Amino acid sequence: MSATATLWLLVVASGLYHGLNPGMGWPLALSAGLWERRGSAVFAALVPLAAGHLAAMTLVLLPFAALAVVMDWSREIRVGAGLLVVAFGLWRLVDRRHPRFLARIPPARIALWSFLVALAHGAGLMLVPVVLGLCTADPQAGPAAAAAGNVAAALGVAVLHSLVMIAAGGALAYAVYRWLGLKALSRTWFDLDAVWGASLVVSGAFGVWSGWH
Amino acid sequence: MLETMRPDPTFYASPRIAMEAPPEKVAYTLMLSPDFSQPDGLAVIDVDPASAQYGRIVHTVTMPNRGDEFHHFGWNACSSALSPMSGHAFLERRYLIIPGIRSSRIYIVDTKPDPRQAKIVKIIEPEEVFAKTGYSRPHTVHCGPEGIYVSTLGGAGPDGTQGPPGVFIMDCETFEVRGRWEIDRGPQKLHYDFWWNLPRDYMVTSEWGLPPQFENGIVPEDLLANRYGHQVHFWDLRARRNVQTIDLGANHQMALEVRPAHDPVKEYGFLGVVVDTTNLEGSIWTWWREGGRFHIAKTATIPPEAADADLLPPLLKGFGAVPPLVTDIDLSMDDRFLYVSCWGTGELRQYDVSDPMKPRHSGSVRIGGIARRAPHPDGRPFTGGPQMVEISRDGRRVYFTNSLYSTWDRQFYVDGVLPGAAVMARAGENGGLELDPDFHVEFPAGYAAHQVRLEGGDCSTDSFCYPSA
Repeated sequence: MSATATLWLLVVASGLYHGLNPGMGWPLALSAGLWERRGSAVFAALVPLAAGHLAAMTLVLLPFAALAVVMDWSREIRVGAGLLVVAFGLWRLVDRRHPRFLARIPPARIALWSFLVALAHGAGLMLVPVVLGLCTADPQAGPAAAAAGNVAAALGVAVLHSLVMIAAGGALAYAVYRWLGLKALSRTWFDLDAVWGASLVVSGAFGVWSGWH
Repeated sequence: MLETMRPDPTFYASPRIAMEAPPEKVAYTLMLSPDFSQPDGLAVIDVDPASAQYGRIVHTVTMPNRGDEFHHFGWNACSSALSPMSGHAFLERRYLIIPGIRSSRIYIVDTKPDPRQAKIVKIIEPEEVFAKTGYSRPHTVHCGPEGIYVSTLGGAGPDGTQGPPGVFIMDCETFEVRGRWEIDRGPQKLHYDFWWNLPRDYMVTSEWGLPPQFENGIVPEDLLANRYGHQVHFWDLRARRNVQTIDLGANHQMALEVRPAHDPVKEYGFLGVVVDTTNLEGSIWTWWREGGRFHIAKTATIPPEAADADLLPPLLKGFGAVPPLVTDIDLSMDDRFLYVSCWGTGELRQYDVSDPMKPRHSGSVRIGGIARRAPHPDGRPFTGGPQMVEISRDGRRVYFTNSLYSTWDRQFYVDGVLPGAAVMARAGENGGLELDPDFHVEFPAGYAAHQVRLEGGDCSTDSFCYPSA
């Protein structure tokens, strides 16, 4: 498989991972379905969840994609970004406390919650090394073309990741709503905090490694 | 270790799931020394019918200080941790947060690994509470979105009257006192109980009186002048803002316990009022939200009972009657039955509140009482009357104690409310109430009994974020 195909596969895999993680919001969709006693309410709640997640992804990924235009510093940028992601992951591993401001968001503001939770947990950062890997596709193109290409790559990653994320989370929310029952919520809710922190470290390490090669 | 890989099995996503959980085996009950001659404590009562020690105190945690006056307490974490927005799904229901209402000291008691060997792990001294919150006399404890919420009855200063009392927040992992909860309290100046609807994002608070109005006993002049609390306040929970205050009418003195429907889909709840100064009635009120506004209506009244003046304390002799004194209410997990403690007349009432606007008196037990002095069915005497009441999650066992508050105990029951007792009534599946003759816990010498908390949660601790549907 080509390096590019592998990177896009990673985008899909991370989408599945974020989607199935209860911390990224599928229980909110489940809750919406139960409140309104309609399966369609599960799907309606997925829209603000997806919008918030997509916005957070875009906000984090775009600056890195723009930075990648500076081709001469490609290695430094990749290594630097990788180290940043490793550091964030280590911080998440050491300090497992959740930011208190997340608890102050009113329950009706699902999109805002989804946006802030993705930022606070580093969901966007996790994809930075992948985006940087996709950003250097055509070194022969001029700066404008490279910038456009990089922005397109970042947007593509954000959109594909968010689509997969919301499809996975939505499928799980609907399965619990329709077939598995509310008791499955606590049965399926695993503490992913440590795994999440480790994922950031691995992702950052991949960025550092790809910078050197 | 505070965190686990899976949510605590005693966190329940909905009230219905809580009802289906295994029955409680242990009850934690506060014991207090009404003359402050001994330290207060926590009694662990065996409530497992299969145990050889069923119905007995199997362990006590004795505090290192005297004069704390334990009143209400709560868990560090509960079902609210399963909120779909929560970052706290991996806390444990493990620590009991026990405030001293008189000392303003707070004890953190660990109930694991052995619930029968609970022990103190942290003490928050009053100076820390004063310095970080400006409040005093911590009272009710609930676990919620921002950690542990603790209501207070006093403001700053030696008598707690410098500034209004309110709610403060503690970190649910480190037990650090964070600070005040209120950002805009509106007209709220008094405090007693609080509870909320988490997904609907509102809080409800009630009023008792300021410390000089309760610490040395009830102040008859204040009561007759209607100077105790008679308002209920509604708040935006996340914005920490008072959105509405409703006055019940000044004659409705002491609006105490707040009991919202457990199923968060239902936007109503109940409130108990101790006494109406025009006719000595106790009353039950139902509040509800409609069109974004809160409303409240008196939905049940309990009349006083005539009594021979010789049987009455000085405070009541002139009336020739015993007021019911509604000092606690509790709502079953299925939102069907409301239990009402009539501490004065010695009656625990059960109301069918299937229609919350029309409570129907569906059962009663009589025990204790100022004039009636009804014994327990096992033949032993029972001092005081039904007071703090706690219902098992399945709704079948209703536990209660007999003491209200040290100085008030002596005013209404001149010989005091000793020995402390915890008893239990059995509720029928479709209503009806009967005292269990085999369950009658007598507290150690000199100790009164106050609030009961059940292992794995009960009907006045947990808040739910998902509907029962």
